[in-house]
Amino acid sequence: MALDAIGRPGPSLYHRLNPLTKVASAAVATLGAFLIGGYVAPALLFAGLVLPGALVARLLRRVVRLSLLVSLLISVSVALVSVLTRAGATTLFTIGPFDATLEGVDFAGRVIVRLVVAAAALTLFGLTTEPRALVADLERRGASPRLTFALAATLDAIPRMIERAVVVAAAQRARGLDTEGRLLARLRGLVPLVGPVLLSSLAEVEQRSLALDARAFGRRGPRHPVWSPPDSDRQRAVRWLLVLGLTAILAGRAVGAVPELP
Amino acid sequence: MLELEAVAYRYPGSARDALRGIDLRLKDGEVVGLVGPSEAGKSTLCLVASGLAPASIGGTLRGRLLIDGAPTTGHPSHVLGGRIGIVFADPASQRSGMTGTVLEEVALGPVNLGLSVEETLRRTRRALERTGLEALAGRDPGHLSGGEAQLLAISAVLAMEPRHLILDEPTSHLDAAAARRVGDVLRALATEGTSLLIAECRTDVLDGLCNRVVALDAGRMVLDGAARAVLADSSLLAIGVEPPARLRLEAALAERGLALPDGLVA
Repeated sequence: MALDAIGRPGPSLYHRLNPLTKVASAAVATLGAFLIGGYVAPALLFAGLVLPGALVARLLRRVVRLSLLVSLLISVSVALVSVLTRAGATTLFTIGPFDATLEGVDFAGRVIVRLVVAAAALTLFGLTTEPRALVADLERRGASPRLTFALAATLDAIPRMIERAVVVAAAQRARGLDTEGRLLARLRGLVPLVGPVLLSSLAEVEQRSLALDARAFGRRGPRHPVWSPPDSDRQRAVRWLLVLGLTAILAGRAVGAVPELP
Repeated sequence: MLELEAVAYRYPGSARDALRGIDLRLKDGEVVGLVGPSEAGKSTLCLVASGLAPASIGGTLRGRLLIDGAPTTGHPSHVLGGRIGIVFADPASQRSGMTGTVLEEVALGPVNLGLSVEETLRRTRRALERTGLEALAGRDPGHLSGGEAQLLAISAVLAMEPRHLILDEPTSHLDAAAARRVGDVLRALATEGTSLLIAECRTDVLDGLCNRVVALDAGRMVLDGAARAVLADSSLLAIGVEPPARLRLEAALAERGLALPDGLVA
């Protein structure tokens, strides 16, 4: 039995980066976008931390599409609220009692740019990192198995619930439930699905925790996993640079040493 | 030997005992079948015999669970896991969700025990060989057939090298072909000397596999004896357990003065 049954290499160099490196990149891009603000800084963070990774992983189109989709609802509500209710000197147009101001558009723009960059960074991380690789790496670094299990179970929960929902929907359709057609019919069809999906998810969680208990999951003490994602000094250095760089910029902004970008 | 001595068990918050007056011995290398109608307490007995009840799920246990004469009271579940393994009915719910390959999934138990990488790999290889899953070592555990997934669950427990293996309806989520495959693996385990306690609704799975069969009804043991005698006992049908097809066929032929030729039914 070959030892290549241990771990699975990713399809690209970016996929094969240590999960903590990808976490650091996503975290710095997200926090930097929100804390530094403006337009230029988030754009630079996108260009420096998200774009290269997305290109190497051949996921640029998917990252852009998903991040826009994920941030769409919030962006629309931010735009509506900011444009129409934010006070400003320059009125662009009026709708009833609301004045759409240039300042409102600028504010909405700044928020939306941050949202999209954060969504893109997190989407790139999600698409290129197997939850299991992240869990294995955290365990190797001494994280509690319970914490890592909670993380893995959370990341695993949604696809498993979707799988279960498909099965429950098929079973309910076989019993005459209408889940297709107009939006109202689909929404009505959701109601009898929610209960079985949630209950079966809870039952599965209970059984899984018993099965893990039976495999000594609750034991405290060191573990020696057969595989953990590879790491390197170079990646460690990059992680430190990212974190220290962001800290330095934020500190510089706080004391006025770093100018605010547009 | 695994022993339940005057065991009674009540689930947390329940007003009545789910098990009462259970005296059961599982000798090393013995294969014992556990039958009974729904809600008879088979799954509960499996949880108690494995030590998970009350250690993991709470509840009140009266009586004793003993391994080689020593009580297991106060033993944490991870200690018992190295001596008594348990496999549940649904293969999907036994996957940890934390591993990327079958090999890593099977290795998880030994890793949790804190064993060295070499010992973990040794146990993992052996467990995969015993269940015939070596060729699937690199497969994603989420991409297995029902039978393969249940064999993976069995492998994962075997890697802990327990002396006693408890299986709670291991074929209930499987089709007939997959159930036969699991049954073949259990037969092989039995010949290697692992003692098995197998709770099953499908008495056909137990037929020809078990030395002894115990029948439960409403939390009490109502029958305990040699497999053939218990499976052919008329009171089994009275409590809602259908005898194996082979025995029903033999009985039907016997009523007409005929006998089932040897070797006709596997």
